[in-house]
Amino acid sequence: MVRRVSRREFNLGLAGLVGGLAVGCAQTGTPAPAVGQQPAQPTFPKEVKIGAIYPLTGPAASSGLDGRYGIELAVEIVNGKYDLNLPLAREEGLPNLGGAKITVVWADSQGSPEKGQAEAERLITQEKVVALTGAYHSSVTATASQVAERLGVPYVNFESSSPSLTERGFKWFFRTGPHDATFGKNLFDMLRDLERVKGIKVRTIGIVNENTLYGTDASKITKQYAQEYGYQVVVDIAYPANTSDVTSEVQRIKAANPDVLFQVSYTSDLILFIRTYKQLDYTPQMILGYGAGFVDPQYTKTLGKDADYAITRAAWSADITQKRPAAKVIADMFQQRFGQPMTENSARSFTGMLVLADAINRAKSLEAEAIRQALLATNIPGDQTVMPWQGVKFDEKTHQNIYAQGVNLQIIGGQYYTVWPFDLATREIVWPMPRWSQRQ
Amino acid sequence: MTAELLVQVVVSGLLIGFVFALISVGLTLIFGVMDIVNFAHGEFLMLAMFAAFWLYALFGVDPVFSVLVCGPLLFTVGVLTHKILIRHILNAPMLAQIFCTFGLSVFLKSLAQFLWGPNFRSITEPLLGGRVEIFGVFFGLPQVAAALGAVLATGAVYLLIYRTELGRALQATSEDKETAALMGIDTEKMFTLAWGIGAACVGVAGALLSMFYYIYPEVGAVFALTSYVVVALGGFGSVTGALIGGLIIGLVQVVAGFITPAFKMVVVYLVYMGVILWRPQGLFGRW
Repeated sequence: MVRRVSRREFNLGLAGLVGGLAVGCAQTGTPAPAVGQQPAQPTFPKEVKIGAIYPLTGPAASSGLDGRYGIELAVEIVNGKYDLNLPLAREEGLPNLGGAKITVVWADSQGSPEKGQAEAERLITQEKVVALTGAYHSSVTATASQVAERLGVPYVNFESSSPSLTERGFKWFFRTGPHDATFGKNLFDMLRDLERVKGIKVRTIGIVNENTLYGTDASKITKQYAQEYGYQVVVDIAYPANTSDVTSEVQRIKAANPDVLFQVSYTSDLILFIRTYKQLDYTPQMILGYGAGFVDPQYTKTLGKDADYAITRAAWSADITQKRPAAKVIADMFQQRFGQPMTENSARSFTGMLVLADAINRAKSLEAEAIRQALLATNIPGDQTVMPWQGVKFDEKTHQNIYAQGVNLQIIGGQYYTVWPFDLATREIVWPMPRWSQRQ
Repeated sequence: MTAELLVQVVVSGLLIGFVFALISVGLTLIFGVMDIVNFAHGEFLMLAMFAAFWLYALFGVDPVFSVLVCGPLLFTVGVLTHKILIRHILNAPMLAQIFCTFGLSVFLKSLAQFLWGPNFRSITEPLLGGRVEIFGVFFGLPQVAAALGAVLATGAVYLLIYRTELGRALQATSEDKETAALMGIDTEKMFTLAWGIGAACVGVAGALLSMFYYIYPEVGAVFALTSYVVVALGGFGSVTGALIGGLIIGLVQVVAGFITPAFKMVVVYLVYMGVILWRPQGLFGRW
């Protein structure tokens, strides 16, 4: 007998299913290898477990894997012996802990704040990790780091760019990468410099942002700076990232016709937007991006030449290899090991992991408080990183790396070129971006 | 707001609405005949999109032609799903049925990520690229082609169900399985057919979508949720309902997106809830 299913039953079933899934997912993840029990006499641990939460599946999986590769390479550098001017490269393992090796326990957030939170809980209570990192999405980092804060475990974030994360004044939360207030200022400084040096006039701006923490914060900052620098915001649109159609959003932007458009998007939604811009023949003077989708290798790969001309803020660019010899070696190793170029995601997570490992080494212990104190005492000069930073040093109150900064890149022919600051530029800026009909 | 803009918004809404309709027709068909909600419907769509992509990438077959391959291919997938899985849970409790198709969905997604990676793909140079401009209104050619294809496919399914002997047998099975069986209808064959045709609908839709949409393992979720709303709005099991529902949701989504972008999905679900309150069985539903 087949039973008729009533709407009520259907809804009940659906609710149960969703609930069940949330619980189920809290228990998935890669099981870590069993650790030998600590012997009675005080000897050094064999391994140091660090938990890493990334979107390893789901819409942002490609960005998540990017971050994961960076961490894997950093662990290789720490655990092995390499003649590079990077922290812990020249020794095997953590010398102050008897050469203990770092093991990373991976957890998949699927880009969901709830899952990230559950995974943070699991990593700390079941896997007994000494520190946490992740989680790419600012919204996931926000919830996962709350768990770490509650349980008193250091959480070092490498790449989430929402400024509010470090403004919470958490005791256990640190961020090595720059945040969107710095990035946003960089973009506006560029607009000002363009007017000053090249006489390019921009008066009105539009903002389109995905509606989670990352997009909302970036939008807020853009509005703040717009006011400060004297630009008029003529259109301001928030959209859900997981959307199947953006024609209406694009038509609104087109109707408002801002001089430049600030775009805050992850990968899949960005691809959809650019496609729709082309379909509806919309071109502003320039599209200015807040990283994320713009620096995902899938963006240029999927859109081909349609990806060109947009300018994006970035935490890293491949040109840095000309200034930092270690960066060149690392970028080459990365390409060889993972068969894809290093990106800002992998560069940030690579650097962040070295910073965290260095702090644990200096802590000479796996005690949470000792690691926290070591993090606070961090002072790594810029030339010992692969980043365009002056170094790594955390602000006492916010725990934001005060030396982190970014560059602005323009995509031309599928390649990223530094176009601002002008003195670091490797290519002349193309402005305005050509209309769709004029492109080859 | 100028008249051109208004027309543009409506046109965009209708174009995507037809694609929603085709996807939902497949879903509603399976539900109508089987009383089983296929939670793997979005993943069937994803498989079809990947099929279209690989046919393009490996053999240079444009989606305009590979539609003819993807439809039958997904028909086979649907039939196999029924033969291997669904047949065994026909009389199982509702929750078991939900977990079965939901499990299939998770399996297919993971399989796709395992086989092809999480990366985004797209058909870079479709035969029907570009757009045409008529009185200041832009028509994306792939979108128009997709809408046309969706109309044809939906029409074909409609004719099959309401104008043929086979369709009447399907309808009879959907109405009352025992009586249909007593009248000499091979219900097992009808079940198989429903899964086949239901999946073939997304097969066609997937190939059409691949002309302008990105393709990756999670792409099904983007459309699946919308199609559940469409089916509930149009009425479970009603092909006409799925068509009208698809157009309504497409229109509402685009128009609401133009007026209040941040709340466009809120408006979509409000319309859905309004209809459900007023007509719990959906616009064209029977129960």
